[in-house]
Amino acid sequence: MSTISRRKFVTGGLAAAAGVSSLAVASRLSKKYGLVPPDSGGIYGPGETLTYAAQQLLARHSVAREFPRSMISKVPFANAIAPLSDEFKLLEAGGFAGWQLSIQGMVARPASLSLTDLKSFPVRSQITEVVCEEGWSYVAEWIGTPLSEILKACGLLPHARYIVYFSIDPDWWESIDMSDAQHPQTLVAWAMNGGDLPVAFGGPLRLRVPRQLGYKSVKFVTRVMATDSLKGFVSSVEPKSPNFGYAWFAGI
Amino acid sequence: MRVTHWITVISFLALLLTGIEIVISHPRFYWGEVGHSQTATLFKIPIPSSRATVPSGYGYVLPDQNGWSRYLHFEAAWALVFTGLVYVIAGLWSRHFRKNVFPAPEDMTWSAFLSVISKHLRLAPANEADARSYNVLQRVTYLIVVFVLFPLVILSGLAMSPAFNAAVPWVVTSLGGRQSARTIHFFVSISVVLFFLVHIAMVVLTGFANRMREMIIGSAAIFKERL
Repeated sequence: MSTISRRKFVTGGLAAAAGVSSLAVASRLSKKYGLVPPDSGGIYGPGETLTYAAQQLLARHSVAREFPRSMISKVPFANAIAPLSDEFKLLEAGGFAGWQLSIQGMVARPASLSLTDLKSFPVRSQITEVVCEEGWSYVAEWIGTPLSEILKACGLLPHARYIVYFSIDPDWWESIDMSDAQHPQTLVAWAMNGGDLPVAFGGPLRLRVPRQLGYKSVKFVTRVMATDSLKGFVSSVEPKSPNFGYAWFAGI
Repeated sequence: MRVTHWITVISFLALLLTGIEIVISHPRFYWGEVGHSQTATLFKIPIPSSRATVPSGYGYVLPDQNGWSRYLHFEAAWALVFTGLVYVIAGLWSRHFRKNVFPAPEDMTWSAFLSVISKHLRLAPANEADARSYNVLQRVTYLIVVFVLFPLVILSGLAMSPAFNAAVPWVVTSLGGRQSARTIHFFVSISVVLFFLVHIAMVVLTGFANRMREMIIGSAAIFKERL
């Protein structure tokens, strides 16, 4: 039998004390600097918080890879969608002339924008990859209005912390933090590969978040809401979510 | 050091289980940057899928378990990374690698390898000295697992993350694209599983109870087994 030496005991105790106090400091600092995701509770909370905090610390301003035109996938993959409502079909029959994107919540000037209104904003075109959490991916050109331009025009209030965006499908919404909402590559996309955005790919409007997995890129967007809390209408965080308990931060 | 071993075991098993679960949602593999259900594959695993969009050839779709599987996969990966760092730093600090793992130069010859392999094939009994230290085959295997397979499985895993690829694009580029990284992640994982199986087989063959005693409380009872 070996006995623990006094030196080992003292160093071990000091290490444990240092560990506990640095955890407490880390927890306070990470709250202050917005490093804690909304799904930081529960048994998967520590892993999720590490992932989100690492991303916020190291890659908050990084830019998703953009590809040369030659790498655009010949066959993009639309993925399955729920059956479209009569309301959607009616708007589609009218060439989406009646489609409105409403901007609400913590903005000084709430607005409702048609596709024509949106196209009068600065336009951004980018060739990025759509990456599904299942494993597949494709590259396409996305053309649209940067979400940051819309938020600027509507007077985003400084205490807004998240953007929640809703599909015309009432069971489908998502939310992102301000570093993604204000990111230059986060687009309200209305065109793809040079043509109108096809319905199968989310037309007439899809919110594209290229630094996160495909499930954050909600199709058929009709509403964007700025808020300081996700309580009550989070998507992935709540068990009844449309994402079957998927992580809120989908950058990994 | 023994604590790091067992945390690694728990993380590894969690990663393996959830990794299988995630693969079921798209058991098709590609090379290059892109690939999906309507493109040619490098190969497919002939199993049913948890997604109706995957042409698996089976008439049914398995339930989707990716939500918690992904949460647990990444949490276990964090545990593995931190434990691995502690293990490597402690191993360098205590000269464990130099004393017990790095092979002696005179052992790094084909004849030394062959002699170890032929001893195994002949099931030659181990002498006291052999049983107390690692042979060259074990040393090289451990070095490959610790310093090649684990870093590679972590990097190829990270190269599937869109945010990581935005921050550090050279990793995914040097692995040959996102789908190549996914395929590499799969094969490296298979290699680690093979190591795990052989490792378990060796532990069982050389005396399960004593090996467990050594790895849990640190000392073998008495060296009384025969190989």
